[in-house]
Amino acid sequence: MNVPSIQAISLTKKYGSFTALSNLNIKIEGAKCVGFLGPNGAGKTTTLKLFTDMIRPTSGQAFINGIDVHKEKKKALASVGTLIETPQIYPSLTEREALLMVAEIKGVPPDSLEKSVKEVVDKVKMQAWLDKKIGKMSKGMQQRINVAAALLGDPEVVLLDEPTSGLDPRGMSEVRDIIKDLKKENRLIFMSSHILSEVSEMCDEVAMIDHGKLLAYGPIEDVVSRFSDKHAGVVEVSLIKPIKDSALKRIRTINGVRSLEKLDTRRFNLKLSGGIKTQQAVLAKLVKLNIGIIGFKPSSSALEETYLSVFKETV
Amino acid sequence: MEKLNLGKRNVVPNGARQILIMTKYTFLDYFRSRRFFVLLIIALAIGALLTGIVGYFRPASFITSVLAFYSSWWGTSVTFIVILSAVFFGGDAISGEFQNKTGYFLVGNPIRRSSIYIGKYLAAFIAAVIILAVFTVITLGNGFYYFGSSSIPYQFVESFILAILYTASALGLTFFFSSLFKSSTMSILTTIILLLFVFSLVSVLIESLANIQPTFILTYGAQVITNVLSNPYPPAVTTSSAGPGSHFILTVYNVGLSEGIAIMLVYFAVASVAGLLIFERKEFI
Ligand SMILES: Nc1ncnc2c1ncn2[C@@H]1O[C@H](COP(=O)(O)OP(=O)(O)OP(=O)(O)O)[C@@H](O)[C@H]1O
Ligand SMILES: [Mg+2]
Repeated sequence: MNVPSIQAISLTKKYGSFTALSNLNIKIEGAKCVGFLGPNGAGKTTTLKLFTDMIRPTSGQAFINGIDVHKEKKKALASVGTLIETPQIYPSLTEREALLMVAEIKGVPPDSLEKSVKEVVDKVKMQAWLDKKIGKMSKGMQQRINVAAALLGDPEVVLLDEPTSGLDPRGMSEVRDIIKDLKKENRLIFMSSHILSEVSEMCDEVAMIDHGKLLAYGPIEDVVSRFSDKHAGVVEVSLIKPIKDSALKRIRTINGVRSLEKLDTRRFNLKLSGGIKTQQAVLAKLVKLNIGIIGFKPSSSALEETYLSVFKETV
Repeated sequence: MEKLNLGKRNVVPNGARQILIMTKYTFLDYFRSRRFFVLLIIALAIGALLTGIVGYFRPASFITSVLAFYSSWWGTSVTFIVILSAVFFGGDAISGEFQNKTGYFLVGNPIRRSSIYIGKYLAAFIAAVIILAVFTVITLGNGFYYFGSSSIPYQFVESFILAILYTASALGLTFFFSSLFKSSTMSILTTIILLLFVFSLVSVLIESLANIQPTFILTYGAQVITNVLSNPYPPAVTTSSAGPGSHFILTVYNVGLSEGIAIMLVYFAVASVAGLLIFERKEFI
């Protein structure tokens, strides 16, 4: 199995008569980051717990890399990193010990145990705390260790439940960088989050869920254009160098650009007249202008508008 | 799409190996959390107290014969030490994983729940046996002091082995309750009350009032630990009248050697299987 994948087939979870997750069907395949959005109580954590066999499905199945998680948990999770709902770590162990434990369980070879622990600790910037007891650390520091534990053993699939919750702004941005790096290394990342800017910055696709039902799944641009007409094709363009007014003027005249809103010297939003095709055409023209484009993303406010309109509709 | 580290992909260890990993880190946690040392100090304190009392008062029941010494010393205290160990190391072994959410750090990994359970059980067992060994050394030290080092009666060796079996069995039971409850307090209290009070009370009541041998009670089975230290082995049933002129007959059963072993083994097996099954089905919600 070369391409990492996760799949739910009619996945349903009931707590008594309450349906927390209802008939979820989704297949996510390949190296990408998928944001999992939905209001409080939508069923995000429930879904992720089903994918790690922390809870049993009432019906349906969850597969990772084609293996049923509930039937063959150990095999299914063999190359998976998970962080579900701010776990607590044994408070009297040190950071090093706790991470060594996870590394050993995941089967990191004995001679590279220390090395892999050091690697992930470096990533979450917790080197100075290696030999301190976890019970003496703040919540955010513990969350960094949880992130580190999820990264141990080079997982192909990474399941994260609000990974940046409890982190300081620097911590959030560091974890975002970690996730972007993971994406580059042929990983599949499935991540629940309430921070839409985070999702639109890191993720290629989004899945939206409410009241246990999947409402939308697809590339961010598609979902955005499907659910909010007025914001169809709002993209945020970022540049490596400040942009000149003359260039801005020229951009306004490009076919398909409805309006331009300057955010700062190196960023502006473009409101486009069409969907994905228009985006592609506009991007091609922008590149020719040679203004130093380093980013061309659906703007986070577009995702936010979509979010608000999707979840208003279902109340 | 190409994979860079194909060569050094980890191989998840087999179940036995993962059990040992769990044992190792649980044991480390006992050390680091001082849980182990607290119990060690309690065992040492009980040993010191007995040493002081016997040394100072020289009670006849202790120093008339070697067997009497071991029976009075070991027989009265070792079951208490075993119960303390079982509660200390097993009382919240599984419930704590739920209550403190430490389980969330563990179960998301490629490891079977049974490996977690068995690994933690082994750690608790080893820790309890170490405590038992320390208390045994204190017991033997005193035995040697009064009767010389060539005087270990074979009955004491039997009793020691039975005490280890009792440790395994009592831990099986505490693990079962820690698996049954989600709250550490509940599971710890239940095991303490059961092992220290309810079991003894129920067996006294049904022995004396209903004249039934309480073969279904663990602490009754554990009495073999003391029984093997009396010579001759106590009779299966003894009766005595409650007082002069009273018509009330008091019946006391003495568990036989094989009965006692069987009771402890059955408790161990049933509690372990049930505890494991419950943990397998339990949800981290
Ligand atoms: N143990 C439980 N018993 C009953 N209902 C539960 C239980 N756990 C969760 N639920 C319900 O299931 C629904 C989904 O919960 P879930 O934790 O998956 O939400 P979520 O999308 O992760 O929300 P949040 O954004 O707040 O983390 C909620 O309505 C919740 O009340
Ligand atoms: Mg949640």
